[in-house]
Amino acid sequence: MRDELHESDTRSESPRSPGRRAFLRTGLAGAALAAGAAASVSRAAAEPTPVTEPLEIPEWTRTMGRPIPPEMYGMPSKYEVKVVRRRSDVFVNRQNWSDWSMSPLQYQHGIVTPNGVFFERHHAGTPSIDPERHRLVIHGMVKRPLVFTMSDLMRYPSVSRFHFLECSGNTLTDWTKAASTTVQQSHGLLSCAQWTGIPAAWLLDEAGLQPGASWVIFEGADGAVHTRSIPLQKVMDDALLAYGMNGEALREENGYPLRLLLPGWEGNVSVKWLRRIKVVDRPAFFRSETARYTDPLPGGKWRQFSFVMECKSVITYPSGGMKLPGPGLYEIRGFAWSGNGTITAVDVTVDGGRHWQPAVLEPPILDRCLTLFRYRWRWDGRPAKIASRAVDNTGYVQPTVEELSRVRAVTGFVQHHNGIFPWEIAPSGEVKNAVA
Amino acid sequence: MRSPRGWFALVALVVVGGVVVGTTGLAQEPQLGRPSVGFGHPITEQAIAPWNIDIRTSDGAGLPPGRGSVAEGQKVYETKCIACHGEKARGGPMYGTMVGGINSFTTNQRILTPGSMYPYAPILFDYIRRTMPMDRPGSLTNDEVYAVSAYILALNGLIPETAVMDAESLPKVRMPNRDGFVPDDRPDVRAVRCMTDCPPIGAAR
Repeated sequence: MRDELHESDTRSESPRSPGRRAFLRTGLAGAALAAGAAASVSRAAAEPTPVTEPLEIPEWTRTMGRPIPPEMYGMPSKYEVKVVRRRSDVFVNRQNWSDWSMSPLQYQHGIVTPNGVFFERHHAGTPSIDPERHRLVIHGMVKRPLVFTMSDLMRYPSVSRFHFLECSGNTLTDWTKAASTTVQQSHGLLSCAQWTGIPAAWLLDEAGLQPGASWVIFEGADGAVHTRSIPLQKVMDDALLAYGMNGEALREENGYPLRLLLPGWEGNVSVKWLRRIKVVDRPAFFRSETARYTDPLPGGKWRQFSFVMECKSVITYPSGGMKLPGPGLYEIRGFAWSGNGTITAVDVTVDGGRHWQPAVLEPPILDRCLTLFRYRWRWDGRPAKIASRAVDNTGYVQPTVEELSRVRAVTGFVQHHNGIFPWEIAPSGEVKNAVA
Repeated sequence: MRSPRGWFALVALVVVGGVVVGTTGLAQEPQLGRPSVGFGHPITEQAIAPWNIDIRTSDGAGLPPGRGSVAEGQKVYETKCIACHGEKARGGPMYGTMVGGINSFTTNQRILTPGSMYPYAPILFDYIRRTMPMDRPGSLTNDEVYAVSAYILALNGLIPETAVMDAESLPKVRMPNRDGFVPDDRPDVRAVRCMTDCPPIGAAR
């Protein structure tokens, strides 16, 4: 049931939305209600008229369900068709092979993003790699160059860790103007999973580092042969060579059969379809770390190797494109995350930032992982501007766009937008992007 | 399932007995850290060579033998690149311009091209060889990659029309944005956690 979500975006209309709207128009007496909806509405009204219409016994109660389906992999209900990844409506590419699609954060329950809607970005399409033929090599400044099959890799003891992944360009369309309609479009290059794999340090130790080794090149096996240079210290600290994701093998669009996972760092460094690790003594300065994934600064310079995704949060409910049915109690909720550690606080404003109240953080609160926050709010039906502000365990407080724009060139193809992101609620209940 | 008491006995046995030996089936291996196994197989650099394509772009280390002129590059470009990138690399149906933008970074209209953005010319070789043409990545010969690199550099006014690019000449091309990068110095803002009577969001923009 998704009664709380009322997207005005017609292309994402749920099959059941018209029924809900009809109910809102006709009120209690005329609507045939499911029991749960009746209960929630009756609590909101002062002296509700009792439901007199006998409860329906629908066809699914009067017939047999499906037998075991021929395809044994379960799929979401057909009534959940709007919960899908989407390309950006703001920044539309003229091709689909170096492109991205965004997670429907407004529909995500809990901190784990389902694999089928985990955001993805690729530079030459999604390859379909045969794990039997896939190989990982480690070479360069090592004592023993090594090659691994996927079977070799899966014989090692494994570790599983929950971490968010966020594209450096997440929210880039919404610096100076409110371009995105929904939180999927403004923040959907963000997802979170439990990753399973092998610490990269184990395999580098096995290969044996040579003196002077200080950077590591990671390279993908896709048609873009995507490549990044990573400081050795990060690799030895917590880099994971992941083959599992939320209890199953990686999805192809997320790197099947093997990817790098660098916790807390911008998504593109977690190289997918990983085929090669080369230990070196300095970065290679690839196109992907000079002409792309660098940040414009005032005066014409570019910030480079800006890996960490700093502390950020966003309200996912209510959020852009939704329509609140009327005044009353709402649970404002959303996600907070920090590439530098754990979330220690999230504050919520409902008056455009003049006053803030601490939200409730829901356990588990994990290192470099999405953290769910909740804040109960009784909306009086007047215009409101709501936003969240996260604090992490380094003491860093999520800044406003105004604060960021004082030290960054907030123009062009800007990365690492972690500014506070407000939504405006009109008396009609319509929720709109209010970032600028 | 093992009872808490059973786990305690196991831990006590390991602690008291040090390394447990024999065929008891009890834990013998360290339970944390790198396991004392190695499933990697040795491989020679020669065997890795087909994948070993990264160029250290700051000095061109790793650039292969071969050569290509601006004129040869134009021919390759007009056959294999023009469909997406447009005539004279000024942008096409798929992608924007790859020419111009030098000195645009102090304006609000930053134009990102290989000429304006790349700090080192061998980035052209590394990137074109690994990714281009998009529908047949890796299909260009090294000579063709040198030639297309030369053509793009010439279109950006960075080398003469008569130039030939190879492992020696390409790293010597002086790129305008060579000193355009600074290391990550974030956190670059220090926001305050104001709770009451705060400046509204969007104020003083």
